[in-house]
Amino acid sequence: MKRALKFGSLGLMVLVLVAAGNKPQEAAAVKPAEAAPAGGASISGSVAVTGSVPAPEKIKMAADPACAQKHTAPVTAQTIAANNGKLQYVLVYVKDGLSGTFPAPAEAVTLNQNGCMYEPHVFGIQAGQKLEIVNDDSTLHNINCQPKANKKFNIAQPTQGMKSVKTFDQPEVPVSFKCNVHPWMAAYAGVFSHPFFAVTDANGAFSIQGLPAGTYTVEAWQEKLGVQSQKVTVADGESKEVSFSFAAK
Amino acid sequence: MSDASHREPGFIRKYIFSTDHKVIGIQFLIASLVFMVFGGGLAMLMRWQLGWPGHALPFMEKIAPEGMPGGVMVPEYYNMLFTMHGSVMIFFGIIPLLVGAFGNYLIPLKIGAPDMAFPKLNALSFWMFPVAAAIVLSGFFLEGGAAAAGWTAYPPLSGLKETMGIGQTMWAAGVVVLGFSSIFGSVNYIATILNLRAPGMTFHRLPISIWALFTTAVLTLLATPVLAAAMILLLLDRTLGTSFFLPAGLIVNGTPLAHAGGQAILWQHLFWFYSHPAVYIMILPAMGFVSDILPTFSRKPIFGYHAIAYASVGIGAVGFLVWAHHMFQAGLNPLLGTTFMISTMAVAVPTGVKIFSWLGTLWRGSLRLTTPMLHALGFISMFLIGGLTGIFLASTPVDMHVHDTYFVVGHLHYVLFGGSLFGAFAGITFWYPKMFGRLLSERLGKIHFWLTFVLFNAVMFPMFVLGLGGMPRRIYDYTQYAGLVHFSGLNRVMSLAAFGLMATQFLFAFNFFVSMFRGRKAGDNPWEATTLEWIVPSPPPHGNFSAPVTVQCGPYEFSVPGAQRDWTMQTEKSEGKGH
Amino acid sequence: MLLPESASSYAPKVDQLFWIILWITGFFFFLVQGCLLLFVLKYRNRPGRKASYIHGNNLVEIIWTVIPALILLALTVASQKVWAEIRYPKQAPAPSVQVEILAEQFAWNIRYAGPDGQFDTPDDISTINQLHLPVGATAQIRLRSKDVIHSFFVPEFRLKQDAVPGLPTQVWVEPTRAGQYEIRCAELCGLGHYRMKGFVTTEPLANFQTWLTETKANE
Repeated sequence: MKRALKFGSLGLMVLVLVAAGNKPQEAAAVKPAEAAPAGGASISGSVAVTGSVPAPEKIKMAADPACAQKHTAPVTAQTIAANNGKLQYVLVYVKDGLSGTFPAPAEAVTLNQNGCMYEPHVFGIQAGQKLEIVNDDSTLHNINCQPKANKKFNIAQPTQGMKSVKTFDQPEVPVSFKCNVHPWMAAYAGVFSHPFFAVTDANGAFSIQGLPAGTYTVEAWQEKLGVQSQKVTVADGESKEVSFSFAAK
Repeated sequence: MSDASHREPGFIRKYIFSTDHKVIGIQFLIASLVFMVFGGGLAMLMRWQLGWPGHALPFMEKIAPEGMPGGVMVPEYYNMLFTMHGSVMIFFGIIPLLVGAFGNYLIPLKIGAPDMAFPKLNALSFWMFPVAAAIVLSGFFLEGGAAAAGWTAYPPLSGLKETMGIGQTMWAAGVVVLGFSSIFGSVNYIATILNLRAPGMTFHRLPISIWALFTTAVLTLLATPVLAAAMILLLLDRTLGTSFFLPAGLIVNGTPLAHAGGQAILWQHLFWFYSHPAVYIMILPAMGFVSDILPTFSRKPIFGYHAIAYASVGIGAVGFLVWAHHMFQAGLNPLLGTTFMISTMAVAVPTGVKIFSWLGTLWRGSLRLTTPMLHALGFISMFLIGGLTGIFLASTPVDMHVHDTYFVVGHLHYVLFGGSLFGAFAGITFWYPKMFGRLLSERLGKIHFWLTFVLFNAVMFPMFVLGLGGMPRRIYDYTQYAGLVHFSGLNRVMSLAAFGLMATQFLFAFNFFVSMFRGRKAGDNPWEATTLEWIVPSPPPHGNFSAPVTVQCGPYEFSVPGAQRDWTMQTEKSEGKGH
Repeated sequence: MLLPESASSYAPKVDQLFWIILWITGFFFFLVQGCLLLFVLKYRNRPGRKASYIHGNNLVEIIWTVIPALILLALTVASQKVWAEIRYPKQAPAPSVQVEILAEQFAWNIRYAGPDGQFDTPDDISTINQLHLPVGATAQIRLRSKDVIHSFFVPEFRLKQDAVPGLPTQVWVEPTRAGQYEIRCAELCGLGHYRMKGFVTTEPLANFQTWLTETKANE
């Protein structure tokens, strides 16, 4: 009851302030947002892992027949996905050095639940961009997302084909997704205010295109091994090589 | 109270913020009926999902875009539905209806008093009720929706911000407010019955409904504070990070939580310490109405007045000793299973006494099968099933199989709908003429009764079959279990019957509202009954009795040999031995 | 068939109690409903019909108080015998298999102690949602929970026990036939409660041991 009163009076105060403050814009007002010019520079490279990487855990798909039936071979955890010393699923992105704003694209990013695994396991998305979450399995998945800077949600998709759409308003790395019904399922997103991010492929390779000229801090994030950082300067149209190396613990 | 210097109050003081127990009683009546319609609507959505799991109900997408996207229900919405169905029906439906409406309306009239002992407290008690409901229901408009941890709200599920959103907090807060509304009401009822009885109205001349309401008030007074305490502790756990009900070592969403020192089972003890007496709060008044109605329409005194009166008190008393029969499988020391089984089996004895006494009342009577009488008979018939199925649950080994299954859902609906609600219908149809000065349509009343009776059984009886077959309760989609898929047909039939049952209640609503304006005028005593409310006009004036009354005989002096009429009012001397 | 098949050593005893209670309550059900119907028909208001002025009958009232009390007492005693056998720790048979089930939202984490007979050692065997038990041997199941209250329910065993965080509990069961059964969560635990399904396989001891070895090898 007190809570309702508190919110009520707070809300009233806000309304009054907003109404009172609704004067024509003065010189101190914020400059209107403008899209930054697209550049032609790019940063590419690979992410390696050194040291002995533990063999990935086998996932107990027998826990749910609807999961097991989609796989012919055993499925392993993707926590540290190393192939010949190269790391897959590393999120590489520009941390700072950018200026201007980059409006979120209209197309959605799709996060699929297929064979009781998230596809993609790691991905980047822009703040304000739609995330379409799809259940491709004939079993219940819940998408439990507990970010720190963004709104938390935990929604169930009981039937195959169900789609839910969510957006993240604030940049945040990482935003993790979990399914409570299938405890091994995990996905991670990096939410950015710009489009300059990539995820390493099976060969550990990544490429970030369309950068304006400038000096940037580039970060590589791996879900278990942490974050690595490097500074890189690119001129207009230049391609620079950047490599990262994580030590397996 | 009704002295000559009293200015005629304006509309607001007369009908909105009235302190007249009759107005307050009717306010409780209408408000609780409205909430019961809402609670019924929630049940309809549940039955839709149970009958046709995963099928779309297109119009719901507009009403609940997050709960039923594309018209297809999601599990968290189903959890909210059964939570709010139970909470609304119990806290904002049956309790205010049986105790708030009838307690208020009947007590002063039936004991010969002009009003309650504390009329202003009475008004406060009523107005806290819609406020409490607003707080609880506000959850529907808040992020995450309304409470969804069951009306029983077991922590840690209900006690963690991480597992339940703000709707759960509002639920607990609203129930505290409602609890105080009940406590204030019970103080009033006890004080009134103890102190304001008319001369000659000894305890053994009180109508059984007053014995029942008195016992109910004592239960309310003693048990509700424990509920309020439990809710407050839950609120503290949820908002201030305390750990009354939260043990160490909890890991939710992969994150270890900092709580330590609490016990989840403590909540269950506190909650059920109230909630078991609460079920007697919900049944005793209904039993009381049946005990008034049966003699009236059998033209016979009640059989075993003392036994029924003391059985009511006995049920109330023993009702405080059985709470952990809701916790047989909760992880308690099995010795407690033994002790609570003993007390639970014991409470069946006074209950049986009442049922047999009612049969004795009908035996060799001259039965008038009016609508109230039909509902009273329906009560006995249906409550019997509820009570008998309780014996299965009382047996701890059998309970191992049926606890938390549809067997319990069937049992509780037979006692709460088959019992309390039919009892409420009996009371409403019986006292409606007194309240509104008009008669309800007997024809509509009978159609409503028979349809309700048949459809109710069609929905609820199969639940025992489902429960014995292993179908757990609170399950959004039972077809996930191979062993339950064969119940699909039965669930569909139950759902269709449920839709019919809900639709039938609009007949009652129609009868209720139209008869207020178009019903035949009732007169003082249309049923030829004997208790004090039937000597005053219908509806009674403010202050009830134009002259003080003196009681000269018991409440059920029907067919007294040698008397002129086959009923003797309590203000008259009885030729018979009816004290 | 009202009840599922019975697959544990105490299931028939629970069922027997159920049937006894059904007979007794059934008797009173028909008795009371029958009287109701009979009285409504026989004592219906007819012209010239007068009701009898009777306030009660002490003897009858005593009879219908004492007889139900005695019946309920007998039911209590009969129930207690079975309850003690299933639940009282001192009466539990010595187990040959020990299983630990850690319930969480929304899966059953099952663990066997392995050849060394100790939990929390490297030879432990873990599964998710897959419980295997040998027929004819007593299994002791220790239940814990990670987050909220769950309840371990296998209808064919007539077994149900809440898994309460902060309160480890223990049950025993001796499967009596080979088969496949479902574990159903029987305490509301969140949005996945309805789907918190596990699988019990009861099999001959040799098959059980083979399964344990194979599961460990596949880990």
